[in-house]
Amino acid sequence: MAALSVRDLSVRAQGLELVRDVSFEVHSGERVALIGESGSGKSLTAMAIVGLLGRGLSASGEARLGDEDLLGVSERRRCQLRGDRIALIFQDPMTALDPTMRIGRQVGEALRQHRGLSRRQAAEAAVKLLARVEIPDPARYAHSYPHQLSGGLRQRVMMAIAISCDPDVILADEPTTALDVTVQRRVLELLDRLVREEGSALLLITHDLAVVSEMCDRVVTMYGGRVVESGSVESMLTAPQHPYTDALLAASSAVSIDGASGEPLPAIAGSVPAAGQFPPGCPYRDRCPRASQQCTTMPPLEAVGDRTVACWHPVGREEPAAGITTEGTLK
Amino acid sequence: MSAQAEPAGASGPAAAVAGTAGSAGPEVVGGPAVGTRRRVRSFSLVAGGLIVALIIVTALVALIWTPYPALAVDPAGRLAGSSGAHLLGTDQYGRDVLSRLMSGARITLYTGFISVLVATAVGIPAGLVAALYGGVVGQAVLRLTDILYGFPALLAAIALSAALGASTTTAMIAIGVAYIPVFVRVTRANALGVLASEYVMAARAYGRRPWAIVRRHVLPNIATTIVVQMCLLFSLAILAEAALDYLGLGTRPPAPSWGSMLQQAQGYLHSDPALSLWPGLAVFVVVLGFSLLGDGLAELFDVRARR
Repeated sequence: MAALSVRDLSVRAQGLELVRDVSFEVHSGERVALIGESGSGKSLTAMAIVGLLGRGLSASGEARLGDEDLLGVSERRRCQLRGDRIALIFQDPMTALDPTMRIGRQVGEALRQHRGLSRRQAAEAAVKLLARVEIPDPARYAHSYPHQLSGGLRQRVMMAIAISCDPDVILADEPTTALDVTVQRRVLELLDRLVREEGSALLLITHDLAVVSEMCDRVVTMYGGRVVESGSVESMLTAPQHPYTDALLAASSAVSIDGASGEPLPAIAGSVPAAGQFPPGCPYRDRCPRASQQCTTMPPLEAVGDRTVACWHPVGREEPAAGITTEGTLK
Repeated sequence: MSAQAEPAGASGPAAAVAGTAGSAGPEVVGGPAVGTRRRVRSFSLVAGGLIVALIIVTALVALIWTPYPALAVDPAGRLAGSSGAHLLGTDQYGRDVLSRLMSGARITLYTGFISVLVATAVGIPAGLVAALYGGVVGQAVLRLTDILYGFPALLAAIALSAALGASTTTAMIAIGVAYIPVFVRVTRANALGVLASEYVMAARAYGRRPWAIVRRHVLPNIATTIVVQMCLLFSLAILAEAALDYLGLGTRPPAPSWGSMLQQAQGYLHSDPALSLWPGLAVFVVVLGFSLLGDGLAELFDVRARR
């Protein structure tokens, strides 16, 4: 049974549909990567799932955590579930910790809220959690303030908070983007280990396809607020079918080890349009080299084996009748 | 005002060092700076703190001892100048000026305390409500605040004293009420900044309810600004009380308030100018002390926020 099951999730703001009909599942112990450029709706999807959308944004659809629909329950119930059964790791650990609260107390907050621990019990639990996220001398760091810690340590603290109540599902929104490259790997290894130990389901939002290939089981590609492709890591990263996934892969795997290939780094033509500026039909067709007239109608998300893809002209499935032309391609 | 949120954004020394040492070993530095308290070399803070401490000690001492009873009349020794027996001389009834000033310090502190208590007890919760509920409730709080703000503080105090009868407490409640809008606005503006921060989002993400977030995250983060504001109001309230006493709307004679001492000394400005000088000087010094303390605290918090 899926730990987290998202069905037809949409997010709207002032008549604009920023996320449209997003569906995917994350099973217990499974790691699913949500990839796509900035502005593709990944973070909005995560925030909609936990019910933390900003003012003016509204979500519809379903996000089942076990047998409860997070979008359907009361705000009171959602507060009980957040941090207890579903946890969030934020992108920027520099701003996600309260500067006036000692580390130990902050780590113990979720436990006091959900498990009703006393101040002292929470403080003891916090030290143990800090040790679990490999913070050296946890007893001492528990008494520090956030500004006394480096970025990598702070992200470890965020992880300690996230796992404090043994959540079923962990949402990690680009957890290493704000960190030094040298620190990123260690933090990811830690996340990998923690998720394994907890047996939690992980939804990892990321740009980094190398991380995806190492850590994740399945990949969901988003573009223009829609899921355009999903499938297992092996099949997605070796044989992408949607031209957008294909382009993402080409752009990130082009860096050769010797750095002397002499070929320019492939880039995806154009940039992600602003919300509401996506073309009708397939949102990617303006930038897609394979687009045709047919793409002015939205392709359905079709399942082929373990893959789903929403494209009239998928890569590696050349159909002569499809009549791929460049006529329909807009600049 | 957003300075309080800065420590998270600005990479402190620990973070900077960790960046360079990151390639070797875990990304750990020497650890948190335990026990290294920054030495404060702020003149305002030290001077203001000393003056305020002096006033408090004086008021406390006056509770149990003054050179002479503050209300003891001595017709024979009227308007005596400074002497060994009466350090600051005596007034028109022969009362010892130093003793009256010392007793007056207690009244002065009391007035400041009551005003600040009234203004904060109403202003801070109202500001938090306005920040938390943007809709009708929040707007209602803000509009009521505007109305109150449009009313001159001293005029409000005079009206209230006239209606309820002159007394120190009435006057001070009036001053406190008049300064409620300041606290509503300062609280709301700062609380809005904190509520928009990522750590509040993180607190919501681990299930904290709005008022718990206010208690645990918003109040500690806006406390510094509020404390500074309280010091400033304290000095303003003391000035206002002196003015009300002078007008005969505050503390009733013969209680030795500095304002009424000034008022009574006015009649002897030519013959005995020192009689006006002492209470005036006392008001000046206390107001200066609280203002300096407020400025010094603001500086101190600012330094800590930038660390």
